[in-house]
Amino acid sequence: MAHAAVSAPGVVGDGPLLALERPDFQIVPRAGLPIVAVVLALTIAGIAVNEEWPLTFLHVVGGAAWTVIDLFLGFVLGPIIGRMSIPARVEFTTRLMPKMVLIMPTVVTVTLAAGWQLATKLGNTHTSYALHGWIVASYIVVGIMAVIALGLLEPANIAVLVEMKKPRPNPEVIERLMKRFIYTAGATGLMQVATFVIMTKLASG
Amino acid sequence: MSEQDRGNTARLPPVTQVGMLSLAMIVAGGIYLSAHIPEHVSLTPAIVLLCGSALLLAGNLAALARVEGFPWRRFFEIARWALVAYLIIAGMIEYAFLRNNLSGGPLVVLTLSLVVFAVHVPVLISFTVARFADS
Repeated sequence: MAHAAVSAPGVVGDGPLLALERPDFQIVPRAGLPIVAVVLALTIAGIAVNEEWPLTFLHVVGGAAWTVIDLFLGFVLGPIIGRMSIPARVEFTTRLMPKMVLIMPTVVTVTLAAGWQLATKLGNTHTSYALHGWIVASYIVVGIMAVIALGLLEPANIAVLVEMKKPRPNPEVIERLMKRFIYTAGATGLMQVATFVIMTKLASG
Repeated sequence: MSEQDRGNTARLPPVTQVGMLSLAMIVAGGIYLSAHIPEHVSLTPAIVLLCGSALLLAGNLAALARVEGFPWRRFFEIARWALVAYLIIAGMIEYAFLRNNLSGGPLVVLTLSLVVFAVHVPVLISFTVARFADS
């Protein structure tokens, strides 16, 4: 596997005094694209068939993945990454972040599309539904998470990868973007607690 | 952050903040409509939010166009692929609307909202990448 150098913070001049090895990587891992295509195709098929089991499966599996990743990244991995040495952080980032570029948009799309279809099929989107207020609350929570994820988290994810692809990445830019990524992941992780409350209420009636 | 980066950041318009406000307006309009359909719903609040969001998108692009020396090549390098990805996502959401026989005014407003969403998110991603192009 090819490696390149990242200069350490505070290093100036033509050549880095202290260079860090970083593995070569693809910003969007092409090997994962067929998997994403299959998952999206299954979601479209699930919506087209409009049967309760496949829609529930897609919504629950996608939602579980989304929730667990957000919580784990924000509250477990985030603090760990913050305490890692710079070389370890660089290596971890180059291996984690490209996967996140594919995983997060996919699980979010599957969860929301299948969830909307399921709620429509079950009549939960009607204002006459007894727990309609909880359904609207779930829209609001997801809406806030979407704005944070689309406006801050996803751009930071892509930008940090593009920065690390440069022949001489700027560690300060990477640090700044990684902080933004971890903090926003933590914020959406907190919002996921609200999702737990709403979804368990809807499931138990 | 270096002095040069600080200088670059200082002269850039608040694209991210404006973009998030625009997305929030789209999301609010979508929540408003979703909370009422399939029952009859007044489209006025959703249309106002959509127009506001579209204006913010246009303002964001206009403000960026006035930035001297902005790395447009890097911007479009990222934007075209992000646009493909978000058009696919928007297409799936649109399919879910059509599958449920959504039609008329709500369909038009939600479709236009998806267009603004599918354009503005790539703008935010590309801007964040391009602002550090020369770092």
